[in-house]
Amino acid sequence: MHGSPLHVPACRSLAYVRAITVNTTTQMREALRVASLTKTYGDVVAVRGLDLSVWAGECFGLLGPNGAGKTTTIEICEGLLEPDGGDVEILGRRWATDGRQLRERLGISLQETQLSEKLTVRETIRLFRSFYANGRSVDDIIAAVQLEEKRDGRVGQLSGGQKQRLAVACALVGDPELLFLDEPTTGLDPQSRRQLWDLVEKFRATGRTIVLTTHYMDEAERLCDRVAIVDHGTVIALGTPHELIASLGAAHVVEFAVAAETPLDVASLATLDGVSDAAAEQGVAGRYRLRSSELHRAVPSLLAMLGTRNVPLTELTTRSASLEDVFVALTGRHLRED
Amino acid sequence: MKTEPGASGVGPQLSGRRFADRSLVQLTLNRFREFYREPEAVFWVFIFPILLAAGLGIAFKNRKADVTKVAVLATAPNAAVIRDAVARDSALSPELLDDSASARALRTGTVAIVVVPRADGTVEYRYDAARPEGRAARTLADIAVQRAAGRTDPVAAHDVQITEPGSRYIDFVIPGLLGMNLMGSGIWGLGFAVVDARKKKLLKRLVATPMSRAEYLTSFLLQRLSLLIVEVVVLLGFGALAFGVPLRGSLWQLGVICLLSSLSFSALGLLIASRAKTMEAASGLMNLVMLPMWILSGVFFSATKFPAAIQPVIQVLPLTAVINALRANILQGAGLSDVARPVIVIVAWLVVSFLLALRLFRWR
Repeated sequence: MHGSPLHVPACRSLAYVRAITVNTTTQMREALRVASLTKTYGDVVAVRGLDLSVWAGECFGLLGPNGAGKTTTIEICEGLLEPDGGDVEILGRRWATDGRQLRERLGISLQETQLSEKLTVRETIRLFRSFYANGRSVDDIIAAVQLEEKRDGRVGQLSGGQKQRLAVACALVGDPELLFLDEPTTGLDPQSRRQLWDLVEKFRATGRTIVLTTHYMDEAERLCDRVAIVDHGTVIALGTPHELIASLGAAHVVEFAVAAETPLDVASLATLDGVSDAAAEQGVAGRYRLRSSELHRAVPSLLAMLGTRNVPLTELTTRSASLEDVFVALTGRHLRED
Repeated sequence: MKTEPGASGVGPQLSGRRFADRSLVQLTLNRFREFYREPEAVFWVFIFPILLAAGLGIAFKNRKADVTKVAVLATAPNAAVIRDAVARDSALSPELLDDSASARALRTGTVAIVVVPRADGTVEYRYDAARPEGRAARTLADIAVQRAAGRTDPVAAHDVQITEPGSRYIDFVIPGLLGMNLMGSGIWGLGFAVVDARKKKLLKRLVATPMSRAEYLTSFLLQRLSLLIVEVVVLLGFGALAFGVPLRGSLWQLGVICLLSSLSFSALGLLIASRAKTMEAASGLMNLVMLPMWILSGVFFSATKFPAAIQPVIQVLPLTAVINALRANILQGAGLSDVARPVIVIVAWLVVSFLLALRLFRWR
């Protein structure tokens, strides 16, 4: 249903983006390299031939819908899962031979860990600190994650955002060179998300490397230097958020709706003045999406066409293109199907 | 340069670290915090066994002063005279009841016997000969009635009552309760904590750190052994002070038996918890393991009461071995060589459970 013309230019420019990225960064040090990674659970292929390169000092995001294989990938990198095939090299080392040293140098926050509710914040961080030969002081970490007021409060009494900051504190206490965050802000309120983002940005500012997974496009756009869009266990696009959005060829998105009884022809929408391509929203009759780099021409020509055909407009919004649009352009689906 | 810690996790680079900041110390400290911040756990481990011992002790202590209730048919002639005759035996407590009330009292066991004086001067006894207290009441009531009527005993008798500490029921049951407590706290204490940590993905999070896995498991044992000292002292101390339960064996040997027993049950708890992912699965398995032992292993009555055919099974159960060893030490003053058999059984369970648990244990 959605217009196929939308795909061709998008894919072509993504390939271009990938080439640029590799060329400009070959002299940088790799913090993480993943090659031809595969992992299968029974009949379900979670990861199929996934490749990644993360440079030291960057914040790298794995963006994709639930079930895309992000968590499986990151847990293999963390040494918690055995891959079925492929190769993982972290900080120049491999899990099979250097597991013990790697544990000292990585910080990890898992998706669903519940820390012991009967311990206090300070006791929990002190426990995690005791596992590392070197690291930051407990009070230093408590200040870094802004939990000073909750220092002696039980973990069970913390809010969702505070618990998540405590989880990150436990990841930071060993002063890691590489930090893995799996869905760090899922289920948090907007203010808690911003506090967590600040925390990640501060860590990033010290020149350390971060690999995070998320299914929030705004999170990836805000935090990540580069993003790999993951779907069905492989990387389908890679680049900086800016490059990925630019690869769409149009900076703006016009979304509108008309009565379902009066459908419009996608091909004729795409030929409108100022419109680069058009698509019908999947699953919802009468909703369309246009891409445009010149809103001042696209919107009047759309309105003129609807006026000529006497099709009443029920909804009209315009916005800047986002990583969500990149995902939609590549897969025809949304990141969050809701 | 990062140095690699030794297998124990306490490598030379940590030698300068403060004792309290070592991971084994921190892990063990937090074990204790999680324990005493859970009031229910404290109740089941320390208070419950004492309440149980106190309840059983009181129930069986009062038995000595028990009086047997006797009904005298109120409508019979001379009922009051017969009642007074029976009342002279302090072990009997007669009361006058009419026909239907006395029949009901006998049926429900409220009285052991109904005494019916007949018009011709003879006495009729109604009781259930299948019940020991019925037969005893028949003998006592008859003696009282005959003596009141003028019978004299040709041989004078003198009663000397003896209560020997060590042969009463409370003496029997205290080692049983101690064994049961060691089993419960070992299996529950370790099993639930491990499964809870696995369910909350805390185990997975911990193995993502450089934490030594051996230290993690050791912290459970250290907590267990510290609580063990309190448990044993509290229960045996209560038995000795409140009921005069003797401690006839060597105390250090008693300590060795308790230590081995606790380690053995902890290993069993670890084995039960090695794979279970939910509390429901874990508590089902624990009940499956513990219930047969509560019944068969001789906590409340001797395990030898069960048929000879299943004795070989009963004797190799860990709780049977623990209770046999504890009773032999506490009540008979037996030395370690006398309890070699049960101690070997305990150690065998410890070794086999621990090795199996290490093989099967899942950290995720």
